[in-house]
Amino acid sequence: MVIQTPEAVMFWILAPLAVISALGMLLVKKAVHSALLLAWVMITLAIFYIAQEALFLGIVQIVVYTGAVMMLFLFILMLVGVDSSDSLTETIKGLRPIAITAAIGFGGLMVSLIGRATLGRDAIGLEAANADGNVQGLARLLFSDYVWPFEVVSALLITAALGAMVLAHHERTIARPSQRESAIARFRTGSLASAAGLPGPGVFARHNAVDVPALLPDGTPAPTSISATLKARGDMLESSQFQLDVVDTTVVEEK
Amino acid sequence: MNPNNYLYLSALLFTIGAIGVVVRRNAIVVFMCVELMLNAANLAFVTFSRINGTLDGQVTAFFTMVVAACEVVVGLAIIVAIYRSRRSASVDDASLLKR
Repeated sequence: MVIQTPEAVMFWILAPLAVISALGMLLVKKAVHSALLLAWVMITLAIFYIAQEALFLGIVQIVVYTGAVMMLFLFILMLVGVDSSDSLTETIKGLRPIAITAAIGFGGLMVSLIGRATLGRDAIGLEAANADGNVQGLARLLFSDYVWPFEVVSALLITAALGAMVLAHHERTIARPSQRESAIARFRTGSLASAAGLPGPGVFARHNAVDVPALLPDGTPAPTSISATLKARGDMLESSQFQLDVVDTTVVEEK
Repeated sequence: MNPNNYLYLSALLFTIGAIGVVVRRNAIVVFMCVELMLNAANLAFVTFSRINGTLDGQVTAFFTMVVAACEVVVGLAIIVAIYRSRRSASVDDASLLKR
């Protein structure tokens, strides 16, 4: 079997890109960037599968890996915090040189093994096996020789789904307070002024934004009417600047 | 070009993934590197299937994908559970048994 030139061109363009983005996955700080680079590596692998007459696996690679698995990774990244960047300093002393040396040794071993191994014949190619179509050929194998592994894998899938549900399950340690209980607590603990709810913000008819404290009936501002977040950020405005004698109320004459 | 080049690429990606598992400390990135290693093995399976002219390698790669999907689901659930209790996704922080 001779590989045609277009496939060789594709390989020599995409393979270096895959290796570079895989290396980038190790070097970038943010986990989200690693996830995007990994998604690219998986897309190139899908293209390689399709080029190697594994059409079904190429599609499954895109749907399952870049679709489902990478989305799951991104969801978890959102949950854990997107900006949870990894500090790249090593905690175990001398780990990194040892790891890289071991990896170079392992990679060199694999490459030299692949380089030395000979099959004694040319690669056959899948023209005969894919004669009825790739999906049909795979289905024939899957439902004859590989029925037993197929069933075992389905059991594994169900177990994994159950395991994920058990792990994600979250039991409340304290019962949620009922409406009645929270009403009683409001009257028993806080001052009676806040028992009926806090006043809303804004000086009515002058400046009705959430950053201006409301005025109490005696004219003093009510700081409790402002959200605690705004107060902490210092975004609270003074309500005295919206008093009637301060604001310019002259109506501009229309021409 | 020889189909062996795909095998070289597969070995390279597997090695890069292995470095990542050892060196990186964010549990999610470590997990992604494991995924990279699984994918590299899949590429080798598909290439061997082509070299041997039978589809068995592709069936095996298909099973690997299913197992990888299960592994991702359970692994990410564990990471979320650890993050819930310890507020950290770093593999170094989960060292309760050490002390």
